[in-house]
Amino acid sequence: MTTLLTLTVLILVAVAIWQMTKIFELSQLRTETAQIANDKDNKNNGYLMLVFLVFIYGITIFSFWKYGKFLLPESSSAHGAEYDSLMLWSFVIIFIVQTITQFLLHYYAYKYKGKKGKKALFFADNNMLEAIWTIIPVIVLAGLILWGLYTWTDIMDINDDDDPLVVELYAQQFNWTARYGGADNVLGGANVRMIDIDKANVLGLDEGDSYASDDVIVKELHLPVGRKVNFKFRSQDVLHSAYFPHFRAQMNCVPGMTTEFSFTPITTTAEIRQNPDVIDKVERTNKIRAERAANGEPNSDPWEYDYILLCNKICGKSHYNMQMKIIVETEEEYNEWMKTQRTFGQTMASMQ
Amino acid sequence: MSAIGHEHGDDHGHDDGHHHHKQTFVTKYIFSTDHKMISKQYFITGVMVMGFIGIAMSLMFRMQLAWPGEAFPIFETLLGKWAPDGVMDADIYLSLVTIHGTIMVFFVLTAGLSGTFSNLLIPLQIGARDMASGFLNMLSYWMFFISSVIMLISLFVEAGPASAGWTIYPPLSALPMAQSGSGMGMTLWLVSMAIFIASSLLGSLNFIVTVINLRTKGMSMTRLPLTIWAFFVTAIIGVISFPVLLSAALLLIMDRSFGTSFFLSDIFIQGEVLHYQGGSPVLYEHLFWFLGHPEVYIVILPAMGIVSEVMSVNSRKPIFGYRAMIASILAIAFLSTIVWGHHMFISGMNPFLGSVFTFTTLLIAIPSAVKAFNWITTLWKGNLQMNPGMLFSIAMVSTFITGGLTGIILGDSALDINVHDTYFVVAHFHLVMGISALYGLFAGVYHWFPKMFEGKMMNKNLGYVHFWITAVGSYGIFFPMHFIGMAGVPRRYYENTAFPMFDEMTNIQVLMTVFALITAGAQLVFAYNFISSIFYGKKGPKNPWKATTLEWTAEVKHIHGNWDGPIPHVHRWPYDYSKTDENGEYVIPGQDFVPQTVPLQEDEEELQH
Repeated sequence: MTTLLTLTVLILVAVAIWQMTKIFELSQLRTETAQIANDKDNKNNGYLMLVFLVFIYGITIFSFWKYGKFLLPESSSAHGAEYDSLMLWSFVIIFIVQTITQFLLHYYAYKYKGKKGKKALFFADNNMLEAIWTIIPVIVLAGLILWGLYTWTDIMDINDDDDPLVVELYAQQFNWTARYGGADNVLGGANVRMIDIDKANVLGLDEGDSYASDDVIVKELHLPVGRKVNFKFRSQDVLHSAYFPHFRAQMNCVPGMTTEFSFTPITTTAEIRQNPDVIDKVERTNKIRAERAANGEPNSDPWEYDYILLCNKICGKSHYNMQMKIIVETEEEYNEWMKTQRTFGQTMASMQ
Repeated sequence: MSAIGHEHGDDHGHDDGHHHHKQTFVTKYIFSTDHKMISKQYFITGVMVMGFIGIAMSLMFRMQLAWPGEAFPIFETLLGKWAPDGVMDADIYLSLVTIHGTIMVFFVLTAGLSGTFSNLLIPLQIGARDMASGFLNMLSYWMFFISSVIMLISLFVEAGPASAGWTIYPPLSALPMAQSGSGMGMTLWLVSMAIFIASSLLGSLNFIVTVINLRTKGMSMTRLPLTIWAFFVTAIIGVISFPVLLSAALLLIMDRSFGTSFFLSDIFIQGEVLHYQGGSPVLYEHLFWFLGHPEVYIVILPAMGIVSEVMSVNSRKPIFGYRAMIASILAIAFLSTIVWGHHMFISGMNPFLGSVFTFTTLLIAIPSAVKAFNWITTLWKGNLQMNPGMLFSIAMVSTFITGGLTGIILGDSALDINVHDTYFVVAHFHLVMGISALYGLFAGVYHWFPKMFEGKMMNKNLGYVHFWITAVGSYGIFFPMHFIGMAGVPRRYYENTAFPMFDEMTNIQVLMTVFALITAGAQLVFAYNFISSIFYGKKGPKNPWKATTLEWTAEVKHIHGNWDGPIPHVHRWPYDYSKTDENGEYVIPGQDFVPQTVPLQEDEEELQH
């Protein structure tokens, strides 16, 4: 398939070059004005402008029809609904403007295509028109700015109200580690200078800090549904970005400082798997994976839908595979799971 | 001829006496101080060499994205040890992405676009014999040349070229142990860019001085063609912002080589703690984007200027809202220096700062909208001459709108959260500044080729072939790309196979890559047309597009000093196309344009545009 495609492209390019050489020869006319557009060129290209307008509309419709279903499912975080509706309305505005302006641009290009002897209108200025298309964007943008800023302030307001769960996400080339505050829900002090690989203190926790001893360090992020989570991000080496696309959340992890983000998961992993869009997506994907399996290709195991944390800031060679699974579950399931985890203190004690 | 030059020679007298110098091959073609030759040097180095290398790189990584892990013999040929058995290595993938971005943004769209057309058009359109300092101009080009050579040399170093992304954020770019490209490759990148910045500053200062001081008699600022306004303002924002990038590069060099901690702190890598303490990568991001954002306007403003001019000439109509166009250039330039934070909404920067940058960023949409509407109105009731330059100008407005509109989403800090650093961003900036600026560049080349090569013209039919394939292909590549961005696919991923949620998007990747290959093929058409027209192109009329501006009154043959006789005087603005008197007759009977050199006729009123 791929070879075929490559070959087709190469052949097409070859044909194009051959044709061009011919065109070039044919069009080497003697007259001085041969390379200046004449009425025929104006007419042909004017019509093509109209065809191009149809192409732009066509590729828009095609993309929505074919690719619209690839977009992320509805948000699984509390603030995501507001995010999604702001996004939707921005898109509505964008598509209205896009449809109208592209129409005017290409339709005028077609309608006013040049003809010998035709007189263009000397139309240099009109304050009324200028005012209209300055003021309309001002009003629309003012609306978008206000709505956007309101949403932004809301999302970025990180506080300790409503008893949030505190979780540290720790980034390093090329994996994620999560740390919970434990029974006291307070993270112990930490710094890269206290990392002790031999004793498995990989996050550099302060072993003398009493808050640290009950911290729980894991490689899979479990979150109880409906409880606000305050994330603290650290990185030990280069910039990373903690990207939770399903929760409309993202924050960079910066060596030397702690960054924060907060959201409330509202849909459990079990629930999102029942979402009709997600069921369809899994079905489509597993069809592809089954085909791969039949051809003996890699990445062919059947897939079950999961929330994923990705790295979204270039961080080196394996940037493309820096991920952690996120499981959103009920409070009880979460507590059960948490009980089975070892605390930092227990790990340290076992190393002695 | 020098004697005649004296007539208006109060501020042009300096070049008298240069005209009869015997030119050797070296002084004419290599160390030339003539702006026309330097412009061609910029174009050939920046676009024809660096540009094609940059495009070739993009094709390679696009193939990797469409067919991940597939073996291509061409990879082994071009990448050598970085593609064992023809399978691209993950490190070189990042290098290709990095160098593609660097080359396209700086070498092609800054030096290749602004360097070529500012040099060619500023003296010719304002009526000057050359740049204010021909020597500095030559120096500027040769520093650009050295910087290009160093950038190309960096492709061949043992550990590979720079690969931290074109924004080279530390600590990734600062620590050789973080990735192989951050060793010698990054050092050369920084050296190359430092020289590039010096070159750009010399060029910009020259442009500014020339526009301010060397305008011919009658050429007031409000009679300048919009091209000159755009180049002038571009040069100013270059002078304001490039030095800040230099400071970022210098501090990064110190962090890398002299153990300072400007951008680094608390780092544990490969089993050891590094000594760095107290620096912040966020500081680097501020310094970088303080240039980085104005930079995108340094790229797009000249294209806007070129499009305004070419569109007006070929519509046989004045540009609509001349003063509004100037005002919007100035507004965009001003705003461009106070919006850089929108690249950093989720960098850990204070969210309040994010709010401020959202506000300023969305304001830029206003002057941009004014420009788009003015271009569309310029077409209205015109007599459109569909020359290749005109087609590219129309298409530039189209891609600028399509790409610009998605800026409303990315500039909004709240919405940016989930699309930041995804393919949505890649689609946005390629359309709005990459493709649009390239269209401006192509419009300029087709339009002013006769001025670059002594009256020869490019083949229009090949131009049409080039245009239509490029126009369709560009949308074919970048329109579907928005969707994979909205689906959450991050940029700069070597392959997307590690995430089953991206499996079903492979088809889009293939589609985009096929479009990219075809579109790149069309650029070969352009290269062929360009090169063969230099040698075999037929001479056209002296003023082939029937334009009003001064460059078409200059000698067709390239002479030092541009005008054989005295420098022409200017009596009107540059957009008197299809101007009629009360009886509906053209001002000059039988001719639908009035050159800037023609004095106002009796009873003719000069409009205060």
